[in-house]
Amino acid sequence: MNPKLQGWVFPPTEPYLVGREKVREFARAVFATNPINFDPAAAKAAGYDDVVAPPTFAIVMQEHTLAQLLAEPDAGIDFSRVVHGDQRFTSSRPIVAGDLLTATLTVPSVKTLGGHSIVTAESSITDATGAHVVTAISALVVRGED
Amino acid sequence: MPGTPAFDGLTVGDIVAEQSFPLTRDSLVRYAGASGDFNPIHYRDDVAQSVGLPGVLAHGMLTMGFAVQPVVDWVGDPGRVVDYQVRFTRPVVVDPQIGAVVSVVAKVGQLDAEARAARIDLTVKVGEETVLGKAQARVSLG
Repeated sequence: MNPKLQGWVFPPTEPYLVGREKVREFARAVFATNPINFDPAAAKAAGYDDVVAPPTFAIVMQEHTLAQLLAEPDAGIDFSRVVHGDQRFTSSRPIVAGDLLTATLTVPSVKTLGGHSIVTAESSITDATGAHVVTAISALVVRGED
Repeated sequence: MPGTPAFDGLTVGDIVAEQSFPLTRDSLVRYAGASGDFNPIHYRDDVAQSVGLPGVLAHGMLTMGFAVQPVVDWVGDPGRVVDYQVRFTRPVVVDPQIGAVVSVVAKVGQLDAEARAARIDLTVKVGEETVLGKAQARVSLG
């Protein structure tokens, strides 16, 4: 892979409209049971405009940015050698159905450890007003040649 | 719905939630569709075997996704989880017939009196083996 990947900034993704049924589908898939994830009335009673996505929902947007990274020929990352090492979500506010979100991928660091490389992929997700919602950070371990 | 737990009633080391999650292959297919992660190692035995895995694996992000749910139920609002991180230390193999059971214990790891926030540390295991390392959720209780 390309060691000069560090510091890259990718173009923002196409805006993603968070749908109520998508939030519910994702919530069911992660065994969520809280009514704020499913019921707009419960969400409104808790002070939100619509159902609230589970804490890891931003991975749906981050998948789009990681697809950009893996599809970039100059990055030189072989997908079959990639293992997900760490994941983190740091939120300014929760994602709510109706949000129109854009993700911008940067690569703050590339480290080499033994024969492997560790690529940190950071996706900053903002809403339609440009305000920060959540940053999703993945450490991807790219295994060296066998 | 239960109210927000009182920050002042918490002590480091308190267990705030415990839950076991039985996973089946259906759980993995459902998560694949919901998340958009269609890597076949999460539903095809032949593909998992061809890349040297012990079997079909749960998505790491599925395990991360449900491991925080006991914390969400305890705090009463998914929007109070303001930071959440894990390290994927060991894969969860999901048998086609018997599935797998993942257990989660959530404990108070640190208290931030100024922000009225708690760091909740998660112990996530299959049997005696830990599958997520450094699994920490910061919850705002203010």
